[in-house]
Amino acid sequence: MKSIILQTATTYLLPLLLLFSVFILLRGHYLPGGGFVGGLIAATAFVLHMFAHGVDHTRKLLGVHPGYLMPVGLSLSILSGFAPRILTGEPFMTGIWFSDPLPVIGLIGSALFFDVGVYIVVVGVTLTILFTISEGA
Amino acid sequence: MLIAVLSGFVFALALVVLGKYIKGRAAVISALLPAGIFAYFCSFIPAIAGGERIFQSFSWIPSLGVDLNFHLDGLALIFVLMISGIGTLVFAYTSAYLKEDKHLDRFYGYLAMFMAAMLGLVLADNVVSIFVFWELTSITSFFLIGYKNEDKASRRAALIALVVTGIGGMLLFAGLLLMGSAAGTYSLREMIESGIDFREHGHYVLILFFIMGGAFTKSAQFPFHFWLPGAMKAPTPVSTYLHSATMVKAGVYILIRLSPALGEHPFWNDTLMIVGGITMIYAALQTLFHTDLKGVLAYSTISALGILVFLIGIGSRAAMLAALVFLLVHALYKATLFLVTGVIDHGTGTRDLTRLRGLGKLMLPVAAAGILAAISNAGIPPSFGFVGKDLIYESTLATESLATWLTFAAIATNVLLLYAGFVAGVRPFLGKLPQDMGHVHLPGPLLWAPPLLLGLLCVVFGIFPGLIEMAFAKPALASLGFETGNVHLKLWHGFNTVLILSAVTIGLGVLLYLSLKPSHALEKQIQRLNFFAPLSLSLQFASAFQGFSLYWTRFFQNGYLRYYVIVIMGFLVILTGYNVLTEVEFAIPENAFADVTFYETVVLAIMVTSIGFAVFTRSRLLAVSAMGVMGYTICLIFVFYSAPDLAMTQFAIDTLTVILFVLVLYRLPKYLKLSDLRSRLRDGLMAIVFGALITVLALEVLSEPINRETSNFYAENAYTLAKGKNVVNVILVDFRGIDTLVEITVLAIAAIGVFGLLKLRLRKSEIE
Repeated sequence: MKSIILQTATTYLLPLLLLFSVFILLRGHYLPGGGFVGGLIAATAFVLHMFAHGVDHTRKLLGVHPGYLMPVGLSLSILSGFAPRILTGEPFMTGIWFSDPLPVIGLIGSALFFDVGVYIVVVGVTLTILFTISEGA
Repeated sequence: MLIAVLSGFVFALALVVLGKYIKGRAAVISALLPAGIFAYFCSFIPAIAGGERIFQSFSWIPSLGVDLNFHLDGLALIFVLMISGIGTLVFAYTSAYLKEDKHLDRFYGYLAMFMAAMLGLVLADNVVSIFVFWELTSITSFFLIGYKNEDKASRRAALIALVVTGIGGMLLFAGLLLMGSAAGTYSLREMIESGIDFREHGHYVLILFFIMGGAFTKSAQFPFHFWLPGAMKAPTPVSTYLHSATMVKAGVYILIRLSPALGEHPFWNDTLMIVGGITMIYAALQTLFHTDLKGVLAYSTISALGILVFLIGIGSRAAMLAALVFLLVHALYKATLFLVTGVIDHGTGTRDLTRLRGLGKLMLPVAAAGILAAISNAGIPPSFGFVGKDLIYESTLATESLATWLTFAAIATNVLLLYAGFVAGVRPFLGKLPQDMGHVHLPGPLLWAPPLLLGLLCVVFGIFPGLIEMAFAKPALASLGFETGNVHLKLWHGFNTVLILSAVTIGLGVLLYLSLKPSHALEKQIQRLNFFAPLSLSLQFASAFQGFSLYWTRFFQNGYLRYYVIVIMGFLVILTGYNVLTEVEFAIPENAFADVTFYETVVLAIMVTSIGFAVFTRSRLLAVSAMGVMGYTICLIFVFYSAPDLAMTQFAIDTLTVILFVLVLYRLPKYLKLSDLRSRLRDGLMAIVFGALITVLALEVLSEPINRETSNFYAENAYTLAKGKNVVNVILVDFRGIDTLVEITVLAIAAIGVFGLLKLRLRKSEIE
């Protein structure tokens, strides 16, 4: 199923959607959004690309096997949980925050890193499943 | 003390990396570890002998009241020195015994972990840490017994040992927890010192049942003894270590340790005496019928354990003293005999008693060790065994009502044990050497020195029993709460009943040894009775249980998704539905439909239409799309009720689900035939009932008054505590962050599962 319109459109849509997913991820702490839904949107962007260009192409674009994203995201989440334990000695998963907000992003804290971890895991999981199934047995 | 206990684990861990350097000649270096521990604990002897008790506390899980407290008293000291002392010899001996083995580093790792677990067990004060160490000994001994993992019998023996001792561990834990809750403390020392009378406690019988279950399985008491002879499949150093000084003595240790708290009650004393008595006689009789050297030693070990339990059962001071001394006597001579067996096996390649004769000329130091051990085992003066046996007779004679019977049982056991000891320690070295054993020669000193050293100790302690009395016997008795003023261990008691009994025992034993030869014919006869031995009965039970679980699993895990769903739904409907029918009054609020908006009506209409499509269409693709439409309408409802987070997520999920379905359906053939009418009706009925149930539940939830405590907490604290304004997200990443962590882990596992299922290609050789 090769459609030139879809192919051209996804070439521009992919970066836009990815940007949007990051936007959703970052605003999650104050407005509707968050790592989970952001990850899903990012995954949808890749899936759209996959439909237009084929799995192999999307894989090449991604560079790594999506399966590798899962441990990366999981470790990031766990590390953000352990960060207060290491840095300030507070219990696991206590939220710690920088005191001054950054422009655009806002206040940065361990919860943000946790959410980024969730985002990465969700992208990894969704793409692993979808790639695997679309490649077939 | 913490370092001393944990060094074994550290050593095992270090071997993972450094293991390759410790193979071959360097292996003997590893004996420095137990030697160091031995020396360290030896330094406590003067303090302990002076009546001190050493208590060291390390916080572990303070929130659960679990601490790593080590408590070194006289009793613990005996065990610690046995474990590390015999451990040193076993470590050194192994380096020669398993010289050729390619996994020697692994073996040392198991051995070191096992030693550390045993040390922890006898030193620990907190009952939870006792349980942890207890289980660690079971697990590490599993690896040791099954060390020759290419041998099926070896694996099976290891599994049986693990199952039996593992079940025992659970029982023990239950007993210790019951004791803890009765006493209000989980420290063993406080439990015993607080003076709580467990005998008056309502759960006393239950506590006894659990504790004894743990101790009897570990210490191989009848009818749980069968794992021990099986465990002889292990390499001989393992048998030496596990069965002379450590593993099997753990149960005895627990019984001795708890006897001040639980003892002096008819239930305790009688049970222990009966079980111990049966075990010691039954196992001693078994030794007559075996021709395998290690088989004989295995049953004589069980018998010795029986004697120990029996003595603890008598419970008087004399009996406890006898138990403590016999503990040491047995550890020394049994370790010697096992090590001697190992040398013989190593040199000749057989353990068949009918073939082993006349080896004394070829391996003199080994023969000396074996004969010394046999003498101590027989209780012939001036060996340490003589002191031990005298004490046993003294304690049985001193009992009030049953003196004759108990003494008779003890004599019978000792006569049979003497036979076993002579068969194992003397017989192989005397007589005429078979012709095919001319090549046998004396092995290196690492193999013969350890047994010879232990054999010599058997006699040294016999000649100087004062050493034991000062260093161990008195402090250990004191730690059990007995007066120790007039305790004296000595070799010569003068002419009295005990001496006559000893002489009778020795006479009868030697007579038995001279008149009975181990033979295969006898072994065959006893094997005919095996069909109702505890081992075969439990194996039959195990296989019946396996058959039942197979049937059970096949019935429920039949591999058809539809049946899984039906079972789950049916169960839920029956359980919840019953409750709903009996207790809920159906009431739809009167003005329920008053404020339904136009948008909601439209969405509802779309929803119903799409459901109809999904059910009645003949195309899979259409059904999936209809389901997708359904999902989107639900998103809309979320939007109406101002749940944007949910709506966004649902929208994304639904999109991906439809894509997923399409990808899968793409590969399936077109509908060839719909399911038949019957199964469609069945599925429809199930769906309607389930849907109705959910509806009723939803209505019911609405009519309940809403408890806003939780949601208010989150709403109020989201910004102040977690600096976020989106409460949903704050809950996800902060308040309930661990939930989310677990969820993404589950997601990752699911993805790996999908990947594995679809991508796994077995090579032909891997398909069984």
